[in-house]
Amino acid sequence: MTTSTISRKKPLNWRRIGAWVLVAVALAITIAPFLWMLRTALSSNSALASNAGNLLPADFSWGAFKRVLGLQTTEEAIADGGSGAAINFWLYLRNSIIFATITTAGQVFFSAMAAYAFARLRWPGRNKVFAVFLTTMMVPPIFTALPNFLMIKNLGLLNTMAGMSLPFLFMTPFAIFFLRQFFLSMSREVEEAAMLDGAKHLRIFFQIVLPNAAAPIATLALLTFIGQWNEYFWPLLVGQDENVRVLTVGLSVFKSQSPQGALDWSGLMAGTLVAALPIFLLFIAFGKKVVNSIGFSGIK
Amino acid sequence: MTTLTKQPRKASGRSGGNHGRKLQPVKRSMTSRLGDLKIALFFIFPAVIGFVAFFLIPTIRGIYLSFTEYSILGEPTWIGIKNYTAIFADELFWNAMGVTLQYVGLNIGFQTVIALGLALLMHRVAKSTFVRGALLLPFLVANVIVALLWFWMLDYQLGIVNEVMSWVGLPRVAFFGSEQWAIPTIAFVNVWRHMGYTALLIFAGLQSIPNHLYEVANLDGASPTRTFWSVTMPLLRPVLVLVLVVTVIGSFQVFDTVAVTTNGGPVNASRVIQMYIYQKAFGESDFGYASALSVILFVILALVAFVQMKFLKGNESDLD
Repeated sequence: MTTSTISRKKPLNWRRIGAWVLVAVALAITIAPFLWMLRTALSSNSALASNAGNLLPADFSWGAFKRVLGLQTTEEAIADGGSGAAINFWLYLRNSIIFATITTAGQVFFSAMAAYAFARLRWPGRNKVFAVFLTTMMVPPIFTALPNFLMIKNLGLLNTMAGMSLPFLFMTPFAIFFLRQFFLSMSREVEEAAMLDGAKHLRIFFQIVLPNAAAPIATLALLTFIGQWNEYFWPLLVGQDENVRVLTVGLSVFKSQSPQGALDWSGLMAGTLVAALPIFLLFIAFGKKVVNSIGFSGIK
Repeated sequence: MTTLTKQPRKASGRSGGNHGRKLQPVKRSMTSRLGDLKIALFFIFPAVIGFVAFFLIPTIRGIYLSFTEYSILGEPTWIGIKNYTAIFADELFWNAMGVTLQYVGLNIGFQTVIALGLALLMHRVAKSTFVRGALLLPFLVANVIVALLWFWMLDYQLGIVNEVMSWVGLPRVAFFGSEQWAIPTIAFVNVWRHMGYTALLIFAGLQSIPNHLYEVANLDGASPTRTFWSVTMPLLRPVLVLVLVVTVIGSFQVFDTVAVTTNGGPVNASRVIQMYIYQKAFGESDFGYASALSVILFVILALVAFVQMKFLKGNESDLD
């Protein structure tokens, strides 16, 4: 009997092996470029040209990382094959952290407040207002970007952290929608009991609703933070000044500073690697959460 | 929703009846028409500010500006539909539209097919979070970083892709540098970045298909191919529509990759519509014209979404 099941399953196993090979190929295509990024970052620039196809770092060196992190003088950088273009990495890193943190905290908190009003409070026009909020999901970002730029400019907030953060600070329709779904499904009993004990809405919001929705709020915060960390278009328009420039903009400036053909490739790859590091770390820590939330987040 | 909110107030007497809080209902009934309006206004206040200041007013202002001539200095002057008539005669606009459509077509075609394949693989053999996570990784990394990474890997002289191609005996290709290849290359880079994400969306849809339907198909002796076309695809339709709407709308607005790699060139080969809007507004300070361009883009996106929803009946599932 055992032999018959084996022989019956054999063709199926071949198919499974074929499927797994395809999975492996997909994984390789996904992962290999990141390894190539690391390999380039650990190479010395001058050696890259003659070892373009070498799978290991060409003339292994930490120089590119030192250069990006500002631990190398311009002379050393040029001697190492760098273009001499500087990247004020620590400043951009600080700006990226401030920008992503402020906008994430504001957006998630204010969206949670609105979601509470839409899900747990009774008031006339509630669903109509919610529908109006939802329609803004349709408006493409480029469309509001130009008028928003003019407004920020008129307010004198160009090249300030406030000007960069304000449009993201208060809400996105998606964040409100996302949290409202969870608030709707929460049980009323605890809330009712608290109300009988004389608790007001503010206390209920802070002490019951927020703690009970900690998981979805954390997921939303994570997705928002990643999105904000990666934001390029708006900071490009509003945050060109060195003092508020974020990493994404800094990297593109770093690239365009060096003349064509003489790009500091290992410096550039070291820079991108370090800029992506927070995402890699978040991913290692919370990857499962992100992955599992995608099915939901797509249902916009 | 309404039943949810009304019902518990009665039931609440259950837990603390003797506390004397029952006199509240008198006061409640007087204000019940407005419900929790006051406190609700407090809770939505910040979101309303954000909505009005950064969505509503900009939308109205953007439409207004599209009928004006406005170079950031001075005041906008009303010129009626002149911007729009100029746009329709503008060769660069039509070129940008063509380039964008080419990008959208390539991007959507490859991305949907590859993502569907990946989703099926995940569903059948590799449900592990590790596989899903690894495939998602490119999506989590910034567009700018992905663009720089591929700009390096596809470099004409030193890029590993060209290096491998020359080992195999293929000629080197100036991926970002030739008019012919710029858009397909940018489309490829973004397919690489998004395929895992799109696959996960489809995978979520696959998981919602009840298993017994597959068992029935199996009992009826349907081949895997037959099962795919008769069971999987029809039931996946709502998810596929959603994925298509999200990706089409997203890919019409491609910018970051273009800005970092080709900047619209060589010549006009990769100047997508959003790049054109950006250059008009910030390169030539022609905000009126740029606003009119973005109104057109907005209308196109709304139409695309509408048509896709209607045609593919995205809201209905065959399960209902």
